[in-house]
Amino acid sequence: MSARRPALARHLLLAPVALAFALPLVWLALSSVMSDAEINRFPPALWPHGIDLGGYRYVLGNAMFPRWFGNSLIVACVAVASNLLLGALCGYAFARMRFAGSRLLLGLMLATMIVPFQLTMIPTFLVMKWLGLIDTLGALIVPSLVTPFAVFLFRQFFLSLPREMEEAAWIDGCSRLRVLFSIVLPLARPALATVAVLTFLTTWNDLSWPLIAINHDTQYTLQLGLTTFQGQHHVKWSAVMAGNVITVLPVLVAFLLAQRAFVQSLTSSGLKG
Amino acid sequence: MSTVPRALTLPPQAPAAPAAARRAARRRARRERTTAWAFISPSVVVILGLSVVPVVWSLLLSFRADDLVTPGRWVGLDNYDALVQDPGFRTAVGNTLLYAALYVPLSLVGGLALALALNRRMRLIGLYRTLVFVPFVVSATAQGVLFSFILDPEFGAANSLLHHLGIARQGFLSDPDQALYLLVLISLWSGVGFCVVVYLAALQDVPPELVESARIDGANRRQVLRHVTLPALTPVTVFLLLWQLITAIQVFDLIYVTTKGGPLGSTTVVVYFVWQQAFQMFTAGYGAAAAYVLALALLVAGGALRVVRRRQGRTAGAAR
Repeated sequence: MSARRPALARHLLLAPVALAFALPLVWLALSSVMSDAEINRFPPALWPHGIDLGGYRYVLGNAMFPRWFGNSLIVACVAVASNLLLGALCGYAFARMRFAGSRLLLGLMLATMIVPFQLTMIPTFLVMKWLGLIDTLGALIVPSLVTPFAVFLFRQFFLSLPREMEEAAWIDGCSRLRVLFSIVLPLARPALATVAVLTFLTTWNDLSWPLIAINHDTQYTLQLGLTTFQGQHHVKWSAVMAGNVITVLPVLVAFLLAQRAFVQSLTSSGLKG
Repeated sequence: MSTVPRALTLPPQAPAAPAAARRAARRRARRERTTAWAFISPSVVVILGLSVVPVVWSLLLSFRADDLVTPGRWVGLDNYDALVQDPGFRTAVGNTLLYAALYVPLSLVGGLALALALNRRMRLIGLYRTLVFVPFVVSATAQGVLFSFILDPEFGAANSLLHHLGIARQGFLSDPDQALYLLVLISLWSGVGFCVVVYLAALQDVPPELVESARIDGANRRQVLRHVTLPALTPVTVFLLLWQLITAIQVFDLIYVTTKGGPLGSTTVVVYFVWQQAFQMFTAGYGAAAAYVLALALLVAGGALRVVRRRQGRTAGAAR
């Protein structure tokens, strides 16, 4: 197995494949620093002749990208914080407390995980309209405050922890809330990381719900802003690609910094979800 | 179950406790109930309020003619009747099925093949894994914008490359005969990484002594794959099949960004149809009916897979 020749064969197989996966993103980065003159000719240049930051200057100066970036950041951060808090509270109650109807409620929550988005999108729009939240960031935040996935993941994780320490603290007179925050959550770092990572990824990357809930461009998220911007600036590809880099970069950096946690999150959600 | 005789020993809580202790226990239970409800109620309100309520609401909406603005009226099954006859809906269902029939098996097979190739300790393997997986974190919007550019018939890199190779210019996403297949390719670019990661994790769980003993028994590499590795991966494959199917049937963002259902309706999928009906044509009742048809199809697919999974579990159990 550890012979040199098969390893070389494997490199020859894997290197082009890996390169093919990377190529579109490389092209994204390259074209964002090309000048429009280089792009808008046929055949277009395949390598920039110098670094031209005109696209970035346009996007950060003339367009509303900074504002959209802020909107996306607010929505994603609030969603992460509230999924951690509400998901942990709810998951803890389902894992450790006994109360009438808990089984039914948990079952119902889990069942909602398979409900497709398009089935709920029209009534959710109506609920948000009724709450007066349409065209505000609130319409984006409220539906993502807590997901059944977060509740389920926390519950499973808490069930895997030994009860003894919690019971001791509880008998010593600690409240359930204290036990949760000072004993259980410090042990639940993997679960917290998983929920945070996946919540950030899904809220940051979502397009369909902002498309429905938001009309006014001051309330756009980056994804919604980017697609609208592309529609309006067909020929300014360098600016569009600069905007695209700004949209992709936060998740890309987060991914590269915390790759192991990222991959573990996905597999744990995949194998247990 | 009812024929099993009951145990003769009493459950531990049952023996008569002093009245005071019993009262204290009851008080504790009550306090616990209050705490529990305080802990779960925000989540219950959000999750049930924004999914169970809308599911019922959507069903009611699908029996109405409703534009979301003026009060609607009850039309019974008319929306469903109209759907059956709507050539646009039929095209959307056909496109969705074609997309799923290509995307799901290709992403599974590609994911498994790559995972097997990447499942080895060697130099650069971490880099390869990262590069294969990284497109997965790129949003569908960003993918769509990027590939609209790469595949732009006039200014795109793809046609430039073909030009250098002496191949004629292609229409790509503006060609009705190519658009859907290209969208499948774009989705594979970003979606295969997920399958790779899940398969890689599952491959770590294949018992090495099983592989070892098969090798000792004289099995070659292909036989080990066929008779040891693949059967051990079956539960993960079923999960991925279901997951990718759900993803494929719900595809929307990428299509909205790249083709808007065109050209000539060649990439209009069911979710795009629902969105168009509800938020562009303002025939929300009709859109809700289409959404229900899709949800029902998903439910049937999910149910079928569950049955398969259970049957497999039974045969596996019997074999053991």
